[in-house]
Amino acid sequence: MGQGGKGGGDGMNIGSFFTDPTNWSGPSGIPQLTAYHLYLTVLAVVIGAVIAIPVGAFIGHTGKGSFLVAGFANGFRALPELGLLILFVELIGLGVVPVTLALVVLAIPPFLAGTYSGVNNVDSAVIDAARGMGMREWSILFRVELPIAMPLILAGLRTAVLQVIATASIAAYIGTGSLGYFIFLGENTRNYTIMLGGAIVIAVLALVVEGLLVLVQRLVVSPGLRSVRQRRRVVRSSSVTPSTMDVETAGGTSSS
Amino acid sequence: MIEFQAVTKQYDDGTTAVRSLDLRVQDGQITVFVGPSGCGKTTSLRMINRMIDASSGRILIDGKDIRESDPPLLRRGIGYVIQQAGLFPHRTVLDNVATVPVLTGTPRREARKRAAELLELVGLPTGAAKRYPAQLSGGQQQRVGVARALAADPPVLLMDEPFSAVDPIVREGLQEELLRLQAELAKTIVFVTHDIDEAIKLGDKVAVFRQGGILAQYDEPSVLLANPADDFVSSFIGRDRGYRALGFLTASGLNLGAVPCVRFGGTAAAAKSQLEDGWAVAVDENNRPLGWLSAARLSTVGDETEVTDGLLISGGSLYHVNPGQDTTSGSLRAALDSALSSPSSHGIAVDGSGAVVGCVRAEDVLAALSAARDAGKVPS
Amino acid sequence: MSWAADHVGLILSQTGTHLFLAIVPILLGLIISIPLGWLASRYRVARAILIPLGGILYTIPSLVLLVVLPLILGTQLLDEINLIVALTIYTCALLIRSIADALASVSDNVIASANAIGYRTSGRFFAVELPLAVPVMFAGLRVAMVSNISLVSVGALVGIGGLGQLLTAGFQIYNTPEVVTAIVAIVVLALILDGLLVVIGRTLSPWAKAARAGATA
Repeated sequence: MGQGGKGGGDGMNIGSFFTDPTNWSGPSGIPQLTAYHLYLTVLAVVIGAVIAIPVGAFIGHTGKGSFLVAGFANGFRALPELGLLILFVELIGLGVVPVTLALVVLAIPPFLAGTYSGVNNVDSAVIDAARGMGMREWSILFRVELPIAMPLILAGLRTAVLQVIATASIAAYIGTGSLGYFIFLGENTRNYTIMLGGAIVIAVLALVVEGLLVLVQRLVVSPGLRSVRQRRRVVRSSSVTPSTMDVETAGGTSSS
Repeated sequence: MIEFQAVTKQYDDGTTAVRSLDLRVQDGQITVFVGPSGCGKTTSLRMINRMIDASSGRILIDGKDIRESDPPLLRRGIGYVIQQAGLFPHRTVLDNVATVPVLTGTPRREARKRAAELLELVGLPTGAAKRYPAQLSGGQQQRVGVARALAADPPVLLMDEPFSAVDPIVREGLQEELLRLQAELAKTIVFVTHDIDEAIKLGDKVAVFRQGGILAQYDEPSVLLANPADDFVSSFIGRDRGYRALGFLTASGLNLGAVPCVRFGGTAAAAKSQLEDGWAVAVDENNRPLGWLSAARLSTVGDETEVTDGLLISGGSLYHVNPGQDTTSGSLRAALDSALSSPSSHGIAVDGSGAVVGCVRAEDVLAALSAARDAGKVPS
Repeated sequence: MSWAADHVGLILSQTGTHLFLAIVPILLGLIISIPLGWLASRYRVARAILIPLGGILYTIPSLVLLVVLPLILGTQLLDEINLIVALTIYTCALLIRSIADALASVSDNVIASANAIGYRTSGRFFAVELPLAVPVMFAGLRVAMVSNISLVSVGALVGIGGLGQLLTAGFQIYNTPEVVTAIVAIVVLALILDGLLVVIGRTLSPWAKAARAGATA
């Protein structure tokens, strides 16, 4: 693979990447690639959410099948992104389907873990009171458990988005028109500047999207849930807004 | 009226939680289920609103078998208060209280208005309505829980150890609150507790359960104290049974003696001249008692010394002649305790405004007890 | 899967490299994170800086780090150092937070009694707080370990060794059995190491097992 040029001139060169107009127009310009990158992300995250949130909510509410979450959570985390991409491309062919399939598979575990632990951690006294008041099971799930589980579900969302953005970058290796394009172009032409430029754009995208999601989290979650205290967990949580790392450790470790 | 007919609850692993329970809960009264853990009191309570279904037997509410009702609909007509309150953390206090009315179709605005009234009724400040449960103290959360249970104006209220998780001072306040509410609302309340004193204080009738789900005794508290059905009940009730039974006898016929009252701030010499048997009560300008003055203490200071805090000996409990709602403070027990706990062995009797009206001696209380026995007022 | 049977040697050697690249960051991460996690648990300022910083770094995709680090470290693109540093950064982001939470969760009562016994701060840390923090710490450690094993494979995209190279090779010559073998090997590796960490964690905190047994009894 390429050596990647080094030296003091790179600081100057990186500017040239961003001022070069060819990088901003056409099918392999930054706007186009960003749009496609985001399109893939939204698609995979939405499909993943539609599949995983109901399952996680059901398992969390009824308690049936919790082995699914505990047992598979770690297994899913181990799945190599690159491996899935390549496998699906080889099985299905090139195009958007195999990539989306791989992205969905990677988006499911965070939603599953976040929703499950969010619903499961709802104080049993609250559910007992809800039932005792005469709420039906559906009502309890939608009006009580899911709203209370929101912080963790949104944390799952953030993790899923992160994972998908990262994998979508890698997908350029197999030819997908995402922002990873620059990295692999630069690698193949031994042009480190382009690689660096592409890397920076991806980093900015990831940070901006995550930042927006944090805002969404603050806006959507009920103020009454701000000081989230989870059962069996730390009394003083590191942050009032659960983050991607909360989902990582919350979901798959109930077996420990 | 709630009726248990040969109700039994048995679990798959063989444990019997409730054994053939026959019991009638009267309307408009507080009925307390009390007993040690594992006696089936909570299980019995939860069978009333079908949170648990009986294995055999029937439960009737106003003559109708509850099994004929759809559980959620049944529960919307029954208030339910639990130990940890179980408030919805994601809703404001106001919306928490408005939950059941909204559930049964009341428009939200109207439900919220009613909720606000209820919050006032249970003694919460108006600012609490907009807050979230996490911002309230344990005692406040319990009050919200009670308000929430009352929101749809259910005739029946089920309370499962609602005050057990708060500290004793808060608990006493909540108990007083409940008695005050009940005096206003006259609901049919079934109250579960493991604390016999709470049962005796709150219950119009008390059902004592034994381990294994067996009803040991079901009587008014005064009868319970006077005539425990067996050794279990008597040991569960605990010590000082006779003394506690005095709490149910009014002391209204008791003769009060006179007691010298000395104004606070006067001179020691003036105080000394008013002592009777070496004792006098120091009072403020409204004649409220502040403490005792003794000959022994007064003799240690000069005649011109002002009577201040340092000279006072703190008094015992007070006996209220006009107790109003809290009948216990006007009972023979209160009178006797005031005499026993007083440093001068004379209990202080006060009226509704807290002013001293006389004193009580232990021998007078016992004489009154004897008279009450003769008149047939003491359960036996 | 005859491909796998024919290439055991290759699989094993790549596994060895893969393990090395995944485990070293864990060890480095622990060494860095324990003191920093302790700082974050004790001092509000430290927490306010370290935790958000960790959050931001965790957000940056691995591929990006692998491209940017050579510039910062002065290394070549395909140097394994880049991958090790990148994974160490992720591990630290996870562990500092885990450890800070774990140490903060040691109940005040326990700390008070430790002080009353006469422990100094450092002694108390090693004898009381750290051991009690082990269960929560290991939860974070497991996450770090498993994701490291998965992420090492990304290194193949910039020429770094490990089972990821089976993936890229399997892509270039369209060899599906090789790809499947690599994926299976990675997942199995992750599960084995995860299991190992569970065992180690339980061994280091026997009281937790008793608590579990007591709770279910």
